[in-house]
Amino acid sequence: MAGDAGAFDRFVEHFRAKIFQYSWLMCGQREDAEDVAQDTLLKAFESFDQLREPERVRPWIFRIARNACLMKRRKSVFAPAHELSLDDYLPAIENEGGRPRIQIADWSELPDRQMMRTEMRHALDEAIGALPESYKSVLLMRDVEELSTGETAQVLDLTEDVVKTRLHRARLAVRQKLDEYLRVHPAGAGGN
Amino acid sequence: MELTGRSEKCREIFSLLSEYLNLELPPEACQEMEAHIAGCVPCVAFTESLRKTVELCHRYSPAELPDPLGADARSQLLDAYRKMMAARRVTSS
Repeated sequence: MAGDAGAFDRFVEHFRAKIFQYSWLMCGQREDAEDVAQDTLLKAFESFDQLREPERVRPWIFRIARNACLMKRRKSVFAPAHELSLDDYLPAIENEGGRPRIQIADWSELPDRQMMRTEMRHALDEAIGALPESYKSVLLMRDVEELSTGETAQVLDLTEDVVKTRLHRARLAVRQKLDEYLRVHPAGAGGN
Repeated sequence: MELTGRSEKCREIFSLLSEYLNLELPPEACQEMEAHIAGCVPCVAFTESLRKTVELCHRYSPAELPDPLGADARSQLLDAYRKMMAARRVTSS
């Protein structure tokens, strides 16, 4: 981290927003997320000498944020443990003229790269928000922050196998919610 | 195909799809999956939908943003940052 005020502002602006968003999704309270962001940045500056590999600053910061979130949750409500089962996300398949056909929305109209329309963002907000915490935290680290499996395992104190298992189930749960949304609001309609 | 229309191979593919999309499977397992998916319409559709789900997550950013950093909070952080930088200068000298 360079020693000028510009570097400070860039670092704080970038990570404060990231930590706030992660904490808001995990804690569910705006005020808690603001506190977690401030506490995490303070702790990061105060213990920066403990960061052995500066190129791994993102997982290091998120680990501090995750611990700060846990402290907040101890003061509020513990969500009950809830496991997602793989079988719940197996798509139904029907026979159509002797050929298997999957019951699924038309995803082909959803371009790979596009600005996400507001409704789609809301559907994704809801799908991610509905995940049990232990799955949500993995999905946020792996697919939203794009940390590696190893980094995610380190941040969340999990084995890599558990990260892989939870990530897959979280993705399946999100996919299913988006599929339900797309059946009602086809991607090709409404200018998506 | 079973009565449900889903083969054991489809189930296996289903359970490994994220590792496949993450390129975390050994090459032989990848090739085996690709060979099955190429000839299985339901698996193609499902794989594509999961791939797009992951793509959407990559581009996802919650709409909520923190309030602007208050003067007191900024001052607290800047103080901690300056102490950190001072300690680093001492360490490196």
